[in-house]
Amino acid sequence: MKSKVNRELPDELMNQLNYKPFETTEIGHPEIQRVAPKVHVSTGDDKVVDSIKQVVVDTVKDGMTISFHHHFRNGDFVFNQVMRVIIDAGIKNLTLAPSSLTGVMNDMVIEAIKAGTITNITSSGMRGSLGDFVSHGGLKNPVIFRSHGNRARAIEHGDIKIDVAFLGVPSADRLGNANGMEGNAVFGSLGYALMDAQYADQVVLLTDNIVDYPNTPASIKQTQVDYVVKVDKVGDPDKIGSGATRFTKDPKELKIASMVNDVITHSPYFKDGFSFQTGSGGAALAVTRYLRQSMIDNQIKASFALGGITKPTTDLLNEGLVKKVMDVQDFDKGAADSMHTNGNQQEIDASWYADPDNKGAMVDQLDVVILSALEIDTKFNVNVMTGSDGVIRGAIGGHQDAATGKLTIISAPLVRGRIATVVPDVTTVVTPGDSVDVLVTEFGIAINPKRTDLIAVLSNIPGLPVYKIEDLQKMAEKRVGTPKPLEFTDRTVALIEYRDGTVIDTVKEVKD
Amino acid sequence: MAENEERLRRTMMFVPGNNPAMVKDAGIYGADSIMFDLEDSVSLPEKDAARLLVYEALQTQDYGDAEMVVRVNGQDTPFYDNDVKAMVKAGIDVIRLPKAESTEMVQKLDADIAAAEKQFGREAGSTHLMAAIESAKGVLQAANIAAASDRMIGIALSAEDYTTDMKTHRYPDGRELEFARNMVLHAARAAGVAAFDTVFTNMDDTEGFYRETEYIHQLGFDGKSLVNPRQIPMVNKVYEPTEAEIKNARNVINAIQEAKLKGSGVISMNGQMVDRPVVLRAQRVMKLAKASNLVDEEGNYLEK
Repeated sequence: MKSKVNRELPDELMNQLNYKPFETTEIGHPEIQRVAPKVHVSTGDDKVVDSIKQVVVDTVKDGMTISFHHHFRNGDFVFNQVMRVIIDAGIKNLTLAPSSLTGVMNDMVIEAIKAGTITNITSSGMRGSLGDFVSHGGLKNPVIFRSHGNRARAIEHGDIKIDVAFLGVPSADRLGNANGMEGNAVFGSLGYALMDAQYADQVVLLTDNIVDYPNTPASIKQTQVDYVVKVDKVGDPDKIGSGATRFTKDPKELKIASMVNDVITHSPYFKDGFSFQTGSGGAALAVTRYLRQSMIDNQIKASFALGGITKPTTDLLNEGLVKKVMDVQDFDKGAADSMHTNGNQQEIDASWYADPDNKGAMVDQLDVVILSALEIDTKFNVNVMTGSDGVIRGAIGGHQDAATGKLTIISAPLVRGRIATVVPDVTTVVTPGDSVDVLVTEFGIAINPKRTDLIAVLSNIPGLPVYKIEDLQKMAEKRVGTPKPLEFTDRTVALIEYRDGTVIDTVKEVKD
Repeated sequence: MAENEERLRRTMMFVPGNNPAMVKDAGIYGADSIMFDLEDSVSLPEKDAARLLVYEALQTQDYGDAEMVVRVNGQDTPFYDNDVKAMVKAGIDVIRLPKAESTEMVQKLDADIAAAEKQFGREAGSTHLMAAIESAKGVLQAANIAAASDRMIGIALSAEDYTTDMKTHRYPDGRELEFARNMVLHAARAAGVAAFDTVFTNMDDTEGFYRETEYIHQLGFDGKSLVNPRQIPMVNKVYEPTEAEIKNARNVINAIQEAKLKGSGVISMNGQMVDRPVVLRAQRVMKLAKASNLVDEEGNYLEK
């Protein structure tokens, strides 16, 4: 069978896992039944334990689904401590269902797969040695990649049924009231972990900082928590920040950012009360800087900024250019600290942020979103998952979710080194072209032909050349040549879900 | 003097000829001229590789409407001959001679280019040249240098070497360059070629960059040599004509067309005769206005 973006999906696997192929970006108005977790009743006075081992032995059994969050990013000390104990306890056949996997977790995941401890994975993404391992067939069952909004949906549906969630926090009290804002290794919003806290059958908090009861503000509440484990250190504060808070000096990134800003400010959405999501990375931060100046020049204020938050965005909040920041995760300490001090920076969970099966998610209200791409093809389909070698090296993150914004801009260089970004067909379709509106490259922009309204308003902006995306693709090919097609085996190593839980594409094992 | 003297040359961006990424991306920043450097930014072991890289780039990459310039190694180096031959063969627009100090140096380059054009089947005279003035001797010879070849499109002041030669260095106020700037500018204007001001290297001093650019704009330079693409929009901003200048220029252009329609040799505007310098200035203003995206195709001023 095929998904609507013309990707062949393996019938046997699809039927076996009871999947439907991706059809449309329209969610419609289905009626959804959500699930509820088990509750192990307690008065709460006996939650604190000193030993991870004891908790693991009490909670984790063969075949269970366990989860973690990735808010500590590469400063995470929790995942490896817990997995070490689980592997050593000889537990087998677990499904690993974290919000995402960061580089510091890779070696431990590979060890756990080799030991038979982990046999299934669902995640937003994976990179480095783990992506390489999976792409070379290291895990028997296919990984299921889900966006942040889709993970929330899958948890609410019961598609992901978390038996035990291990959640690291920089501060908690003895009953489990916790937040991400106080302590040593602060990361700000607990957005993704809030889903696990709400829906897991057993919730284990790990903290290096047990504070007086009751701990407020409480993001995770004592009513959700079964155990509080005291550990030496939950994270390295220096490695939590994504390190991308400095404004880029790269002239190419600046050029793209200024063109993105031109697209935004000439669009009908740039008016008082508009909303936006910019993400992290050098170009995104530069867009924020240009946008700031345009907002001042035109006396326009935004009603909210959404998603993963950086200091430049919280600076706009403090300047009064943005009224509210709706914060599902913080990319740097500045943004994390700001959530603590600014009441207009609201912590939101992944469901509120981006779950499609909802009574309204924030992304549904989003006007302008800037997203990146490893590849984008002439159908505007975007790949943020596999590299030019076909190997898994990315994450869906909120890409599919935020792309439902009214003006979705993909900001990407035409070529990276000797590799084309704009291609005839992306290696892996993650976000369907139907939800992408404008591509901005250093050479010019391309507008999705379906957006005739945008073609009308964006076509005559001085200094902003408009191309057909096919022409940009040809320009890229002229520069870097035509690559030899990638070679894959027939074996499926990963499924890419669309945010509604259908399958949009697969990743095959690479042939070396 | 070479043709197309009215070409805009506000920005001449230096690109190290041995840096593939920068060579590849040089076309995206909207520089009026792109200057690939085979000379000072390329170390000795990389001279051949850089020449080859620039040669291939000129064959394969699309640099749009930019004027393509290459700074070759000096005539006293073993690289000069191959540089000139390779660049003429590649079809470069302009060869820039470093450390020009005499008419003879320019004439030698002219002859070498002519020979290369013949050797590689390029149209005779299609390769232009320019000269960099980098010493006291060069400054004093500027007028001769600027007039030394029909291929000449412009001369440029290069202040780093010049200030060293003058036993000084660069100061924020630029007073040490006053004489040289005016000599180069007058030599260029007298010969009817373009005048390029020197680079400004401190990327963190935006204010200083604007101050210097406004100053050389006031003097009358065509533009400035640049070391970073981020300086391009800043120079263009300084060279932007004002709304009043554009509207006045538009009136002059209209008056010319009206006179043409009437078959009249005398152009008049608001009852006054419009003479040649006014016409030339108006044409230049409109060209700048168009390049600065301040007017539409018909020349109507676009409200910001």
